[in-house]
This record gives sequence, C-alpha cells and structure tokens, in this order.
Amino acid sequence: MSGPREAGTAAARRAGAALAPFAVIVLLLLGWEATVRIGAIPPYILPAPSLVAATLWRDLPSLLPSLWFTLKITVGALLLAVTGGVLLAAVFALSRPIETALFPLAIVLQVTPIVAIAPLILIYVESTTAALLICAFIVAFFPILANTVVGLRSADAGLGDLFTLYEASRWQRLRLLLVPSALPYFLAGLRIAGGLALIGAVVAEFAAGAAGRETGLASRILEASFRTEIPKMFAALVLVSIVGIAIFAVFDLLARRLLGRWHDTELPRG
Amino acid sequence: MTVSEPGPPPLLSLRGVGMRFPNGVRALDGFDLEVARGEFLSLLGPSGCGKSTVLRLVAGLARATEGEVSRPAGVRVGVVFQEPTLMPWADAFDNVRLPMRLAGRGAGEVRDEVMAVLARVGLADFAHAYPRELSGGMRMRVSIARALVTRPGLLLLDEPFAALDEITRGRLDDDLLALWGEQGLTVVFVTHSVYEAVYLSTRVAVLGGRPGRLVESIDVDAPHPRDEAFRATPGYAGTCLRASAALKAAMA
Repeated sequence: MSGPREAGTAAARRAGAALAPFAVIVLLLLGWEATVRIGAIPPYILPAPSLVAATLWRDLPSLLPSLWFTLKITVGALLLAVTGGVLLAAVFALSRPIETALFPLAIVLQVTPIVAIAPLILIYVESTTAALLICAFIVAFFPILANTVVGLRSADAGLGDLFTLYEASRWQRLRLLLVPSALPYFLAGLRIAGGLALIGAVVAEFAAGAAGRETGLASRILEASFRTEIPKMFAALVLVSIVGIAIFAVFDLLARRLLGRWHDTELPRG
Repeated sequence: MTVSEPGPPPLLSLRGVGMRFPNGVRALDGFDLEVARGEFLSLLGPSGCGKSTVLRLVAGLARATEGEVSRPAGVRVGVVFQEPTLMPWADAFDNVRLPMRLAGRGAGEVRDEVMAVLARVGLADFAHAYPRELSGGMRMRVSIARALVTRPGLLLLDEPFAALDEITRGRLDDDLLALWGEQGLTVVFVTHSVYEAVYLSTRVAVLGGRPGRLVESIDVDAPHPRDEAFRATPGYAGTCLRASAALKAAMA
C-alpha cells in the first residue's frame, strides 16, 4: 500500500534500472567504433559497429529468410521440449521407479555435447530440417524436465494433507496443487531452455554445414567466413543475438505475468 | 459439559492406539482417549510426545498401526496446522473457498458463506489479499476461516499459534473460544503451553513422551466465557500448577 509519491519514485527507479543495460551497450559500441577508427583497423580484421549496421541493413533481405528458418527451428524445438519435458516430468512425478529407470538416460542426453551427436543425427535423419530440430530439442529438453520434476515435488506437504482431508480427486490435486506449485520452477526451466534451443539450432547447423535449400543464420555465418566477408558474419551474429534476447524477454514477461499475480491485490475476481 | 460422566457416547474415541513409523520409531503406545461432544480438549505435552500424531490419526491423515480410532460418520472435520499452510498463488477468498471447491461447488454459489466466515475472523476487507501481503496472525485467521467454512463438528488445531507473538496469540485464543462458544464445536487443541491449555480448555490431557501415552487428564471447571480476569483467579493458578507438575513428571 504505497502512496502515489513512493510509487512515482519507484517507477523512476525501475526506469533507471531498465535503461542502465542500454547505456552500457551504447558505451561499448562507441568504444569499439573509436578503437577501429583511431587504430585504422581494416574491416576484414575487425569491422566497426557502423559498418556492421550498414551491412546488416544492406543484406537484410537475404538474411531475413535465414532468420526465419533459425527461428522456426528454435521455436519448434522448444515446443517439442516443453511438451516432452512436461509429460515426462508428470510421469516421473507419478512413479518413482520409472524416474529411477529413465532419469540417467536423460542425463546422458544432457551431458553429451550436442556438437558431438549432431553429425550422427545428420547421418541417420534424412531431412536436414528434422535433424536440426532434433538437435535443438535434445539440449532444450533437459532443463524443462529437471525443473518440472523438482517443481511437481515441491508442493507443500501441509497443503497435500489438506487436499487429502477434503478428499480431493487426483485431477483436483494436479490442477489446484501440483501445477501451481511447479509453475515457478517450470518457468525458470523454460527461460534456460529458450536460450539453449537457439544454441542447439545454431550449433547443429554448423555441424551440418552450409547445405540444403533452406538455411539458417549459422549457415550464413559459415558462408560469409568462407568468403572472408567479416562484416556480414557480424551482421548475422547480431541477428542471432537479437533472437536470443527476444526469447529471453518473452519468457521473462510471461513469468512476471503468471507469478506477479501472487502478490497483486488489484486483480478483479471472476 | 465439563465432566465426561457416563452418558451420551463420545464424539471421538481412541482405544489402545499404537503408532510405529516405518523407521521403527514408536510414536504412540496403548493410547486411550475419549472426547465428548462440545468439549474443548487440549493435548499438552513436550515436543516429540506424539501430540501431532494423535491429531493426524483423528483427522484421518495417518492410520494407526495398532488399536482403534473411531469417530461417528458424518462429523465433518476441520484442521488448522502449525503453519497457516495457505496457497501462495491464491488470495484469502480462494484459500478459504478451497474445501468447497474440492467438494465441487463453484465460486458464485459459495461466495456469501466464504465472505461470512472471513468476516467472522475479522478479514472481510482482506478477501482479495494474497498470503504474502498478510501478517502472520492474519494468515492464521485465514487458515482458521478455511477450517470453519465447511461448518465442521470437530475442529483440530496443531499448535496453531506457536509462531505468533504473545499479544496476537492471546487475541486469537480469545477468538477461538468465542467461535467454540457460538458454533457448538468440539475442539481438540494441541499445545506445549500450560497456560494456553488451561486458559482455553474444559479439559487438559497431559501426554508423556517416547512412546506417547496419556499421563493425566485434568478437568478445568471454571465456566465459560472466560476472559483475562480468569487468568488472575486462584483456580487458574492452581490448575496451571497441577498441569505443570504432571508435565514435569511426564518428562522425567
């Protein structure tokens, strides 16, 4: 219950906190630009940010389809990871023996570097797109699974007793107790998985090489490096970063929307 | 009502109840207890004497390994745990409405009942506050409201106010007595405070530890309603002394 003035300063503080990272980035870019100009570094060694921006703008029409392709792989893999991870977590939460039997396998998938498995997957799976999807899925899957399992188990024991006392059905227990308890853990897993799915998509494409009709941003980076078009490499890299930041921002917002309600009095009740 | 003479059958009875946990610890052994309808019974004992186990058995949350726990069918039970045990993602209204929701009744249908119980515990204005926005005492009130919303015949409380400050605790004690007086409840109240037990109860059952057993049953004859003045009477002091002595003997 803060007064309007406190709310005002709090808003100003929030705005300041939001601007700080941008200020840091701008300063870094300015420093980079100055270094390149003062040191007269040739663009095939290190292009200035202004040149990268110009290249990005010029090549955008040809880079956009690749961006779209990478985005499709990332989001597709993430959807698969969420579906698979949550379903398997639910099975694990219901049955300890199944968890004991399968969890080591999930860990093996997690600890084996994707760069090492990608070439194999590319051999066994005929469609490159499907192979990329599988690679990105493998890395994104584990954080969702692990976090959701912990989340489902984190339900308060006292609340569990209460549900027993009032003879809650299995479905009620799942919907009204386990799912809300697991939500913060799941969302934390989702945020990690989002970044990993993108990394998986990019790494797998590097392993696949610049082949096939449809290619993503990683292929464009490879292609540009073969031609020593360093500014274009940077331009594609900027796009990859933007995708990563966008994914993080979306899930951050989602988490805040879903969890902020726990301490929000102003919500009208339906 | 204070003395359980032979008469109407007890609301609740435990006969020869034993409880052994899977790790081999014996929590209860040959435990006998009868609770008459309308009684306010305190279970008083040191930590680890099995008081909470008795409560869990009565609530049906645990099954005795020996003996018999019987309570007449159709008596609804409300439980208040040591912690408020609220759902952090739901506001006070939704927390109190949980038992009805689990019984398949919709929010619109039970709104008036839920609001009435919230008003009874003094939280009418906080129906849409989330647990983290409430003080410890208020959270406990929400927990009590949730236990009362189904209009139980038997209310079980497991050291509910142990974590609260003295003043809040005293206030909630008085509120609980008032609820007991007006709703015809039977209350079983677990505590390790002699003073709280004597102040509240019509009878104090003193438990000894490891394995838990009933050591002494002390009737508190002073009439209800009671207030602060009761704490200054010789009867209160005498009963407290007696209960303390029994507790000390049980722990020795």
